[in-house]
Amino acid sequence: MAAMTAGVAPPEVALPGPALRSVDGVGAEARAQLFASRSIKRGAKRWALDLIVRCTDLTSLEGADTPGRTATLCAKALRPDPVDPAVPPVAAVCVYPALAEPASRCLRGSPVKVAAVATGFPSGQVPAEVKLAEAAAAARVADEIDMVMDRRAFLCGRYVEVADEIAAVKAAIGGRHLKVILETGELGGYDQVRRASWLAMAAGADFIKTSTGKIQPAATLPVAVVMLEAIRDFAEATGRPVGFKAAGGIRTARQAIGYAVAVNETLGGAWLNPVRFRIGASSLLNDVLMQIAKERSGAYQAPDDFSQT
Amino acid sequence: MPTRPQTISARPERAAGQVPTADPQGTAAPESPGFVYAPAPEATDHVRLRDRYALFIGGRFEDPADGRHRLTINPATEEPLAEVAEAGPADITRAVAAAQRAFLSWSRLAGARRARYLFRLARLVQERTRELAVVESLDGGKPIREARDVDLPLVAQHLFYHAGWADKLELAFPGAAPRPLGVCGQVIPWNFPLLMLAWKVAPALAAGNTVVLKPAETTPLTAMLFAEICQQAGLPDGVVNLVTGGPEAGARLVGEPGLAKVAFTGSTQVGQEIQRTLAGSGTRLTLELGGKAAHVIFDDAPLDQAVEGVVDGIYFNQGHVCCAGSRLLVQESIAEPFLARLTERIRRLRVGDPLDKNTDVGAINSRAQLERITTLVASGVEEGAQLFQAPCQLPTRGFWFPPSLFTEVAPSHRIAREEIFGPVLAVLTFRTAQEAVERANNTRYGLSAGVWTTKGSRILWMADRMRAGVVWANTYNRFDPAAAFGGFRESGFGREGGPAGLAAYVTLK
Repeated sequence: MAAMTAGVAPPEVALPGPALRSVDGVGAEARAQLFASRSIKRGAKRWALDLIVRCTDLTSLEGADTPGRTATLCAKALRPDPVDPAVPPVAAVCVYPALAEPASRCLRGSPVKVAAVATGFPSGQVPAEVKLAEAAAAARVADEIDMVMDRRAFLCGRYVEVADEIAAVKAAIGGRHLKVILETGELGGYDQVRRASWLAMAAGADFIKTSTGKIQPAATLPVAVVMLEAIRDFAEATGRPVGFKAAGGIRTARQAIGYAVAVNETLGGAWLNPVRFRIGASSLLNDVLMQIAKERSGAYQAPDDFSQT
Repeated sequence: MPTRPQTISARPERAAGQVPTADPQGTAAPESPGFVYAPAPEATDHVRLRDRYALFIGGRFEDPADGRHRLTINPATEEPLAEVAEAGPADITRAVAAAQRAFLSWSRLAGARRARYLFRLARLVQERTRELAVVESLDGGKPIREARDVDLPLVAQHLFYHAGWADKLELAFPGAAPRPLGVCGQVIPWNFPLLMLAWKVAPALAAGNTVVLKPAETTPLTAMLFAEICQQAGLPDGVVNLVTGGPEAGARLVGEPGLAKVAFTGSTQVGQEIQRTLAGSGTRLTLELGGKAAHVIFDDAPLDQAVEGVVDGIYFNQGHVCCAGSRLLVQESIAEPFLARLTERIRRLRVGDPLDKNTDVGAINSRAQLERITTLVASGVEEGAQLFQAPCQLPTRGFWFPPSLFTEVAPSHRIAREEIFGPVLAVLTFRTAQEAVERANNTRYGLSAGVWTTKGSRILWMADRMRAGVVWANTYNRFDPAAAFGGFRESGFGREGGPAGLAAYVTLK
C-alpha cells in the first residue's frame, strides 16, 4: 500500500485549499430547507419520480438475506411495477458480497448493475488486507463496489492513510465503479463532511456516498448539500465529475425529490442521471411507485398492491 | 476589481460533451433535458377581496368624507385588485378623535386583559395566514414563499411577543412606573406591509396606547384584512384605526395635534420632513429610515453559505428592504472566486410570478420604484461601473427588474452611496479588516451590516467598530421580536422590538 501513496493526492489537496473550506451549518441547513420546500408538481413531478426509479440502488443488507430473497429483490429491480411496464428498471441492486453471485445470475443481460458493499461494511473495523481481499473478491462478480471509508483513521486525523486505502481499493477492484461511503453521521460535523468528500474524490472515488444506513443519522439533506458543493468544487478544480449517492433513511418520494432538487440546483442537469446520481434505499421504491400510480390514475393504491421485497 | 462580470468564468458548462464522464462502464445515460419545475401557483380561490375598502375608524368601516378612492393594483400584472379609500383631513381628525376616546378606557385596562386581545389578534393572524400571505403577495409583488415563510410567521411572533409584555411592563422597566403615552400616529412603508403594521401596533397596544396607522398607498390590503381581524377579535372600538391614502394623508396624520407620538418607517427624505414638522411640538418621534448596509466577506468565510447570505441580503423581497446588504465588501484575496460563484448563483435565481411557490424573486412594488431603480442603475453604468444582470426572461406585463450586480464600483458612485431599494448590489473590495471597517462606515446611513468569517474574535472586533444598529454575523436578514432593530445617523433613531422597542411607547418616571 505504501507504494500507492505517491501520486494519490493531486496538488489540489494541498492545504489550505478548497478541501478545508469551512462550512456554516446554519446556512447549509437553511439551503437544504429551501430545496426541501420546492414545490414539484405535475410534469416535473412525473419526471422526478421516473428519475428516482432510474437512479435507485435497490438495497438489502441484512444478515438474513438469502439467495431466494436476493432473487425477489432482483425481480423487483428489473420490473418495479408489474402492472405498469412504463416504469423503468432501477440502476442497481446493492447486496453483501456473498450475494453478488446470485444477484448477478438474476440480472445477467439486463441493464441493472450489481453493487456489493465491501471493506468490512458497515464499520470498516477489519484488517487492511482483509478489506482489500474482500473488495477484490466482490469485484470479480459485482459491477460496482460500495466501500466504507476508514473513519478510525479519519477521526485520528490520519488523512493520508484514508486516501491511500481508497486508492488501494480502487486498484484492487480493477476498474470497477467505486463508491466511497463516508458515513457522515460518524464524522462529527459539516467541516469534516467536506474534508472527507474531498479526500475520497482526490483518492479516486467515482461516487461519494453519504451513509451505510446502519448508523443514525444517515443521509440528511444538509449533509447532501455540503457533499454536492464539494463535488462541484472538485469538478471545477480538476475537471473530473464525481457522482453522488444518498443512502439511508430516505423512505418517501418527497424526501427523494428533495435530493434531486438539491442536485439540480447545485450541480445542474448533467448530474441528474444514474451515472452520476444514485439513491440507495429499500422501502423508498414502493412509495415512489405509489406516487407514480397516483400520478397516472389520480388515486392512491393500497400499499398491498406493491410487492414487499 | 480583479474581474469584470462579463468575463467571470462561471463553473464549467455541464453539457454532456464537455465534461469527461465518470462512467467506467460506458453506460452514460443520454443527457437529461434538465429538471424543469412545473408552475406551482399558490391557490387564490380562498381569498375574497372586496371591490372597495373603506377607512377603519372607531371599530367600523367608514367611507371617506369626500368619497375619494384610489385603485390598488397587482404589480406583477398591473391588474386592479380593489379600490381603497383616500383619507381626507376630516377623516384623519375623526380617526384621531376615535383613538383619543378609546385611549381613556384602553389605557386603564389591566395589562392581562390587553394581553388577551393581543393573543387573540396573534392567533387570528395565524388562522388566516394563508389568506394574508396570498394578499401580501398579490398587492406587493413579493414571492409567496417569502410572505408565507418570513412575513407572516414574524407578524404572529411580534403580536405574541408583545402580548407577553402587556402585563409585565413593570418588569420591563423596574421602578420606573411605565405609563402609556396616548394616541400614536404611525406611517408604514410598502415593503413589508403587514409586518411593519405588527411592529408598530403590537408594542403600542401592549403598552396601553391607541393607534391611528396609515398603510402605504401601494399596499393597503393586508391592513384592511387586519381591520377585519380586529373586529373578529372584539378589540374595543377605536384602539386601532386605519386610514389609507397617499403622502398627503401621511403628512396630515403626523401633523395632527392630538398625537402623543409619531412612528415612521420609510424614506430618509420623508423622515426628515416629519422631524421638521414635529420640531418643538413635544410629540415623541421615532424614525426608521433608509440604509446602505455593508456586507463584509472575509477570505476565511464559509464561501457557499456566504454566497447565500449575500443573495438573501440583497435579492430578498426584490431588495425592497431597508436593511438590505446593498454594498458587498469582499476581501480582495477571494474576490474572484467569490464573484464567480455569486454570479453563477444569481443566474439560478427564479424570477417571475410571485404566486408561484418556487419563485425566488418577485415583482417590483410599483412603477415609480421601478423607475427609480432603472435611473440609479443607468447612473451606475454611466459612472463606469460594470453591470451584470441575471439572464432571466421577465414577464412582459407588470413591473420587473432582473437581479443585478455592479463590479468596478468606486465609493463615490451614486450606486455605492444612495439607497436603491431594489435588487441591485454594488461590489467593492478591501484588503484588511481596518479597511473593511472604514469602507463600511463610509456612508450617511447606519441601519445594518453583515460580517462573514469563521473567526469569532474578528466578528466581535468588527461589530464593535461598524456603525450600524444591527450587525449580523454569518447570516443576514434575520429578525426576532426580542431583538432591537433601528439605526444610526440618517437611518433614523429609536428602536423597534425587545424592551428597547417597548420603551418608545411608554413614559417613565
